[in-house]
Amino acid sequence: MQRRSFLNSLAVGASLIVPVGRNAWAATVDNPTRKKLIVIMLRGAVDGLNVVAPVADQNYLRLRPTIGLGMPGTEGGAIDLDGYFGLHPALSMLQPLWQQKKLAFVHASGSPDPSRSHFDAQDYMESGTPGRKNTPDGWMNRLVTVLPGASTPSRALSIGPVMPRILAGTAAAVNLPTGKSGAKANVLDRPAIGKAFDQMYAGHEGFQAAYMDGKNAHKEILDASMGSEKQMADGGAPLPNGFPDDAAHLAKLMRNNPRMQLAFVALGGWDTHANQGAGKGQLANRLAPLGQGLAVLAERLGPMFNDTTIVVMSEFGRTARENGNGGTDHGHGNVMWLLGGGVAGGKVHGDWRGVGDAALNEGRDLPVTTDFRSVLAQVCERHLLLSDQNLSRIFQDMPARAAGLNVMRT
Amino acid sequence: MYRLRNSIFTIGVLLFAIVPAHAAPLSMEQQAVHVLNRLANGPKPGDIDRVVKMGVQRYIDTQLNPQSLLYPPALTERLAALDSPNRSAGEVAGKFIEARKDVREQEEGATQRRREVLGAITRDTADARLLRAIDSPRQLEEVMVDFWFNHFNVHSSKGIDRALIASYERDAIRPYVFGSFRDMLGATAKHPAMLYYLDNQASTAPGFVPGKKRMQADAAPVQPKGLNENYARELMELHTLGVDGGYTQKDVTELARMLTGWTYNPRALVLRNQTFVFADERHDHGVKQWLGRTVPDQGQAEGEMALDVLAQHPATARHLGFKLAQYFVQDQPPPALVDRLARSYLDSKGDIRTVLRTLFASAEFMAPEAIGAKFKTPYQYVVSAMRASGAPVSNTGPLLNTMSQLGMPLYGCQTPDGYKNTKAAWLNPDALTRRITFATALGSGKLPLASPAIDAGQLQATLGGSISGRTLTMVAANPEPLRAAMLLGSPDFMQR
Repeated sequence: MQRRSFLNSLAVGASLIVPVGRNAWAATVDNPTRKKLIVIMLRGAVDGLNVVAPVADQNYLRLRPTIGLGMPGTEGGAIDLDGYFGLHPALSMLQPLWQQKKLAFVHASGSPDPSRSHFDAQDYMESGTPGRKNTPDGWMNRLVTVLPGASTPSRALSIGPVMPRILAGTAAAVNLPTGKSGAKANVLDRPAIGKAFDQMYAGHEGFQAAYMDGKNAHKEILDASMGSEKQMADGGAPLPNGFPDDAAHLAKLMRNNPRMQLAFVALGGWDTHANQGAGKGQLANRLAPLGQGLAVLAERLGPMFNDTTIVVMSEFGRTARENGNGGTDHGHGNVMWLLGGGVAGGKVHGDWRGVGDAALNEGRDLPVTTDFRSVLAQVCERHLLLSDQNLSRIFQDMPARAAGLNVMRT
Repeated sequence: MYRLRNSIFTIGVLLFAIVPAHAAPLSMEQQAVHVLNRLANGPKPGDIDRVVKMGVQRYIDTQLNPQSLLYPPALTERLAALDSPNRSAGEVAGKFIEARKDVREQEEGATQRRREVLGAITRDTADARLLRAIDSPRQLEEVMVDFWFNHFNVHSSKGIDRALIASYERDAIRPYVFGSFRDMLGATAKHPAMLYYLDNQASTAPGFVPGKKRMQADAAPVQPKGLNENYARELMELHTLGVDGGYTQKDVTELARMLTGWTYNPRALVLRNQTFVFADERHDHGVKQWLGRTVPDQGQAEGEMALDVLAQHPATARHLGFKLAQYFVQDQPPPALVDRLARSYLDSKGDIRTVLRTLFASAEFMAPEAIGAKFKTPYQYVVSAMRASGAPVSNTGPLLNTMSQLGMPLYGCQTPDGYKNTKAAWLNPDALTRRITFATALGSGKLPLASPAIDAGQLQATLGGSISGRTLTMVAANPEPLRAAMLLGSPDFMQR
């Protein structure tokens, strides 16, 4: 019996708090924060047709004569995935994960909203409510509020300059700056200053709780980043600055602080209107550290990677045809990436219709045949073991589930 | 000296020991502190004495009619030296579009140039706001600019809006903050920053096909494709009636149809600073049914009529009354006060100054339970700290960074509802630690603002009765170099 129909056959209400199956029991009671979710957002609309390229489609190189990736086996050519799609060669570090079936893609996916504005499309992807601009919170913040288990201040974390829209809301979340300063001591760690402020906030009716939560979250992060590397294969070799370094830091934080469960990182620089290059060039230079960072994250999470799902997404795709400047313009459908132990990997999922002229949306870009929320909902349902009731609190107005979409193993 | 300061601390402690914080009526000093915390962004050195001497009522009257208050010469000079805020919307938009075009055409060094152009626009726009917020004697005007900008929020990261925000605040918000709400509603409705932010510029009659004279793609990446309801929805939900204002989705669609053709032409904006155009060929000429009335085809007049109706609607009066009472009195404002403000609004035909006068004269505003009841937003916290420190602001960079870290980047609210001003929105575990970090850096003179460490004795005098006896005792027990940081990072200074 499918979990869904089993749930549906029960009376609505009390039944939903009954954990279903052994995994659900383990995740909700013994160790409620064991299952992790990391979301990586590529701001600026990455060119998904050159990340997972339909190299065997005869239309592909016709649409992209100068920026298209070559066939697998040619110099600077794509890495073969399934005989039809090829992976960008700058992502070669992800090839082992594909072979281990811990990496999957969902092509022609994205937001059903037709906007080609970066601003609006990112907003929709973070609020989880395409077409509605005034949703006050982000879907990851709503997710924190419905996850089983007691919440701690550092349960949800983002790495970046400001707290992102996706984590805005009523649940506590921690924002760390990128780079080396990510988890350094703050003024309250200086004994005289810490003592003075502890005294002022102790017993303060309005602010004591928030003050103490702040100190505890900081201590959790600091302890986790200073803690010893447990069973680290390569002993934490230094990495280049940027995403690989932040990814290593994130892996360390998550391993050392088991209460940390959700993380978000945003990376920019994908708006390749001009000179994006093919196997080499601008896009390749952006993809290489991303691929390296994801490989580092998978490796350094160690056994925890099996309980982790990493989602990489971007607000919309780019035009199927290259433009006059050797770049691509704002499009619609894109490719989502999924990594982790529970991912139905080694497969390009989704309803793929090719890149022939008739298959293109408005004659210019990929249609969205899989709503990004269907993918995220399945991750929440099968990986984080959320009930239907809670799912509908995270993604209101969800479209009907895409038939046959199985991006997570059951 | 040390001894003198010590005795000042002692007097502070004694005063607060004998005056229970919540006893009525409020002392003159308590009233002065209160109006400086609500009608102004907190006291500057000497402000409390000045307000006590001139009288709280006269202070309120002067702030409501601030024509006689002149900017200090240093502020006037700083503002005059800014670029974007002293140029028309079209000029700044032209620069912005030019910089972007050069990058697309891959001119040498264009990316670097674009970064510089955008950076200068952003910096000058922020300076025009922050320098006034800190140093303008017309403090209520600045408080109202903050309030109304959030009410009619637009976001600077959405395309060309970065270039248009200086004009939006200067031309569509600032002139109207004490005036007629209908005028401000019209000014925001017709400003390209709003037209672009909420997509009305791209909203057309269903099936409209742009002719050969296409809109310049540069500034309008959303090609007109049909009806866009975004602005119409927010116009009713956020700007006027409120979410429970009794309208339906059908009313949203019909209002959107009435507003089709309200747009701007990027070329005319850049060449002639024409910030608004009614494009008749995009207008939906059918008959509409909106809020229970039949609206025949009248072109632009349909939208004007809609703004008239919305501005005079009782639901709008209640919605604005609630928001003003929440901003100035308490997060959960007393319903009787909201009622009175709504009545004042309707009686005065939406005159904002009249409503504010009603608010400031209310018993609820001056009630003991209202004192210090509001948790400062990050913007209010940073601005009030700068005012209290008395330090000249040589560089707004560290202030803007702090606001961003605190989750409130200036002009950076993505959603059209603007930043909230409630404790629930801003009191979180991260917030206090980050505020204390800022307070410590400012107090010890370590912010790159070229200011020396702040004299704690003077700071304490500036803040007067807004700091409790309990806090003053603890401050006095700590060494001098920590005291200014403790005052600025105290629980008392987090509130207003």
